[in-house]
Amino acid sequence: MNFDYNEEQQLLADSVRRFLAKDYDFEARRKIVASEHGWSPKAWSTFAEMGLTGLAFPAEHGGFGGGAVDLMGVMEAFGEALVVEPYLATLMGGLAVARSPLARTILPAVIEGKMKLAFAHTEKGARYDLGVVRTQARKSAEGWLLEGEKAGVVGAPAADRLVVSAAASDGIGLFLAENPAAKPYRTMDEMRAADPVFRGAKAERLEGGMELVEALTDLATALVCAEAVGAMKFACDTTLEYLKTRRQFGVPIGTFQALQHRMVDMFIAQEQARSMACLACSKVDQSTDPKERARAVSAAKIKIADSARHVSQESVQLHGGMGMSEELKVSHSFRRLTAIAGQFGDADHHLARFATL
Amino acid sequence: MDLNYSAEEAAFREDVRAWLASNLPQDLKQKVASYAHLSKDDLLRWHRILAKQGWVAPAWPKEWGGTGWNVVQRYIFEEELGYAGAPPLIPFGLTMCAAVLLRFGTESQKRRFLPRIYDGDDFWCQGYSEPGSGSDLASLKTKAVRKGDEYIVNGQKIWTTLAHYADWIFCLVRTDPSVERRQEGISFILIDMKTHGITVRPLMLMDGAHEVNEVFFDDVRVPAENLVHEEGKGWTVAKYLLGYERMNTGRIGESKRQLAALQEFGSTLSKNDLRFRDRLSRLEIELMALEITNLRFLDRMRRTGQPPGADVSMLKIKGTEIQQGITELMLQAADPAASDAFTEAVRKKYLSMRKTTIYAGSNEIQRNIIAKMTLGL
Repeated sequence: MNFDYNEEQQLLADSVRRFLAKDYDFEARRKIVASEHGWSPKAWSTFAEMGLTGLAFPAEHGGFGGGAVDLMGVMEAFGEALVVEPYLATLMGGLAVARSPLARTILPAVIEGKMKLAFAHTEKGARYDLGVVRTQARKSAEGWLLEGEKAGVVGAPAADRLVVSAAASDGIGLFLAENPAAKPYRTMDEMRAADPVFRGAKAERLEGGMELVEALTDLATALVCAEAVGAMKFACDTTLEYLKTRRQFGVPIGTFQALQHRMVDMFIAQEQARSMACLACSKVDQSTDPKERARAVSAAKIKIADSARHVSQESVQLHGGMGMSEELKVSHSFRRLTAIAGQFGDADHHLARFATL
Repeated sequence: MDLNYSAEEAAFREDVRAWLASNLPQDLKQKVASYAHLSKDDLLRWHRILAKQGWVAPAWPKEWGGTGWNVVQRYIFEEELGYAGAPPLIPFGLTMCAAVLLRFGTESQKRRFLPRIYDGDDFWCQGYSEPGSGSDLASLKTKAVRKGDEYIVNGQKIWTTLAHYADWIFCLVRTDPSVERRQEGISFILIDMKTHGITVRPLMLMDGAHEVNEVFFDDVRVPAENLVHEEGKGWTVAKYLLGYERMNTGRIGESKRQLAALQEFGSTLSKNDLRFRDRLSRLEIELMALEITNLRFLDRMRRTGQPPGADVSMLKIKGTEIQQGITELMLQAADPAASDAFTEAVRKKYLSMRKTTIYAGSNEIQRNIIAKMTLGL
């Protein structure tokens, strides 16, 4: 039993934190979010230099073969800084490609930071049901052709290629396709997404189907749990600081017991969330049984969804009117935490799933 | 990061589990499982079985009968006791008084009391709360006036758990009412419950059980040698005790057993009522989170060799909320029209468990502790 990161993991997390503190503070982030494409090529190339873009990919393609626990510290740091670059989207796309021969050409470019990917799976009305895939894949003389519409694909506007799930005659498969130019939009948490449409689009089939979609989604869910812990840490730290400095009735508002107890409950929620993120990431790495993995991930996601909601709502409330202000980072962590609570399934979805496992 | 126990720890758990399987008397196990009343004899019988095995006080130094287990082994042992459904080990002597004597007691106090605590010869209770001094413990008024080589004790304690079983009581008393800092006028003394002038009156709780008492002291003469640490240093002792051995306040093992019982008891409702099913799942997940949080504290303690910080209070808060949550869902799962003995016991258990968020420093006091000590508010 050991809850620490190993030396390598710690060094990496520390250097990511240092970079973000220096070049990705709230002001810098604001400029990135307001920029045309909504992500920073400079930050992305630094991620590549630091090895982050290769962290999760197999060594044979130039990656580091890292698992969820190796990524945890990075995701926490990203959560704390509210990083908006399509890191998770690229990671999911890259891992979807990793088993296929195409990996030889795609992954080295991803690892070098020259290519970004996104994972186009969700469709309108599917909500969190991974099994709903109406997009069709048809084999023709020219190869596979895709027909259908994906929706809410985070990271799609920046992606050079998309990994697309589609129903083929032999079941749901994954395909690598060119990124059709779909109109980008801003998500509630200030990332960029799009609803790509495929009309007879050429695609190359990848190894793996539904089982891989589920495994990748579980991994990504565990990682957003870790990211949520970072965002909650920021929300708690900044609220605590506010309670100590904001004065009303002639005293710091942190002297009021009504607020102290609420702050303590936020702190406890954050610690409980951290525990569950540890569980989810370890199980994703260690479980050979998909059911055991899914059970831990759903349990963690339920806890994280509940604590993300609790911590984010309280962080705004305890800031009073300032918590509502666009000018304070706490209103941005609120948005990210709200999005994470629903990302890859909200608490109700995972409660239903947990009960079947 | 590795959330698994080591092979040695897993083997240790298996040893404890196997021993419990053959040494925990079935009738006691049954009583615990059915929420039946445990008599003093029941409690002492189990205490003595563990004492004979050498496992009744694992945390004590080896010279006094401790096992030499590390914090993780101790945690595993306690978890297994709870999980097996063993009767509780009453903490007043084994955990609390012993910890105080080991840290502050004189050699002769240790020699006089520790072996008798170990063997279950003396049953202890704790004299802290008073009618006017609950959460504000330092306002306590029970006086002890030094006369020659005796203290004369007058006053009243309340909520004294199992005082009606007890041979001895350890008390916080006011020895100096004149000091400005009221904490400095408090002393820690040990009083023989058979002493003339002590009256124990039962306080019946809403579940109808006799568990707590009022204890009255009327010119009770206590030998001065029963003072622990220095006169006026009782608050230091009390604070040490509060911070000591709080690692099992989460009661993970016991909650795991009770949750399994709840899943069984509520299985029909769970199938038919998704709202109930989801409440049950959330409770199970709360317990998973608490267990890992508890292990994180243990891991930190083991590596730093330091006692846990004030944030360990969160284990008491979450642990008691979960214990209450389990009994609340048991109550909900019970057939509203049933009046069999077990269902009645389930209802009483719900009533009884409301105490957990009040005793041992109410959960509000625990939040005050975290606010002040951990968050610096």
